[in-house]
Amino acid sequence: MSIDLKTTSIEPLRRTFDHIADKLGGDKPATRYQEAVWGLQPAVNFHYRPTWDQRYALYDPSRTAIVMRDFDDLIDPRQYYYGTWTMQRGRQQDSQERNFEFVEKRGLLAMLDATWREKITRFVLPMRHVAWAANTNNASICAYGYGAPVTSAASMHMMDQLGVAQYLSRAGLILGDNDPILLDVAKAAWMTDVMWQPMRKLVETSMVTRDWFELFVLQNLVIDGMVHPLVFERFDARIIKHGGAVFSMLSEFMVDWYAESSRWVDAVVKTAAAESPANRAVLEAWLARWLPEASAALTPLADYAFDGEGAAVIAELAQALRARIARLDLSVQD
Amino acid sequence: MADKVFIALQNNAEAQPIISAILADNPEAVLTESPGMVKIDCPTRLVVKRESVEAQLGREFNLQELHINLISLGGNLDEDDDEFVLSWQA
Repeated sequence: MSIDLKTTSIEPLRRTFDHIADKLGGDKPATRYQEAVWGLQPAVNFHYRPTWDQRYALYDPSRTAIVMRDFDDLIDPRQYYYGTWTMQRGRQQDSQERNFEFVEKRGLLAMLDATWREKITRFVLPMRHVAWAANTNNASICAYGYGAPVTSAASMHMMDQLGVAQYLSRAGLILGDNDPILLDVAKAAWMTDVMWQPMRKLVETSMVTRDWFELFVLQNLVIDGMVHPLVFERFDARIIKHGGAVFSMLSEFMVDWYAESSRWVDAVVKTAAAESPANRAVLEAWLARWLPEASAALTPLADYAFDGEGAAVIAELAQALRARIARLDLSVQD
Repeated sequence: MADKVFIALQNNAEAQPIISAILADNPEAVLTESPGMVKIDCPTRLVVKRESVEAQLGREFNLQELHINLISLGGNLDEDDDEFVLSWQA
């Protein structure tokens, strides 16, 4: 007896959901990311306006001055949805955890001399309050924003920023030999130290910025675009020269994360700018307002961290950020 | 026939960005879908570019990851960090 093996090819009736096919312009295989974010934004059947703000519907595209034909165009080039994002962060958490263990087991932070311990305490540790504000701001973008691609990515960004704040807190605990006293000192610096007050004012202003896209530009492009290179590139390079390579081990996640998340921030801003000249004008006005404010707010801090050379360092960082913004086809006047 | 090269990949979500990248980079490529797999035929030369897969995938991609979903291929293989090239070298 012989057995014939045959294969039957079954043509699938559809390759993806109808609403995804509409967006893709045809029934083509869609990525999981596309299926996870497109068309997820609740848009209809809300009968009542929220009692706390009757000017807008619960989910309202007009909460921002940015106008998009379709907010689903603001996609994330990293294609993060819950699954891909948690796997990536899980891997990074494992490696960061090993770095912390390594530093703690060998007491590497104890070898830093007093000048640099002091600089970390007064300059780096208070950054956890900045990161926490970034966490809250991205929660606000997620809450008031419109379109699942940008709001879901903002909620992941929110958790990432909380991670940054927690890593900074842990660095403070290790530096203080598990005594939270240094975190109290850092909090006091944040609240009362003269050099921190302009930055605290800027951060607190960001927290009451109502237009969610303006907040996106201010927090994720301008503040992070200055703070991360300042602390985790420039200050890092400086402290390494003075025997503080251990600092890089504690901030490795921040460096990788900043490079990665910048791609998302840039893509969102670039897409919004390319949508219409009106959007471009709005974005340029926001940048023209916030860029100088961020530079001014960070200068006294940079002066402390770089012994009086703060203005020069900040000018370079602002120049680099302008160059980054120019790549998004936006221009900011000096 | 001997000058035709091909690559066969599993037809799953992981291979989808690779398939899209191949089709975009090789205008002469012909896609044949079978149950569970796709076969891509191409006259003389077929290239898989790391950059194009990365653009589709949204993250860094090591061309070695291709092998996870690779079923079969036909042609002489020239592989480096940036390109995975199939051709028949005389």
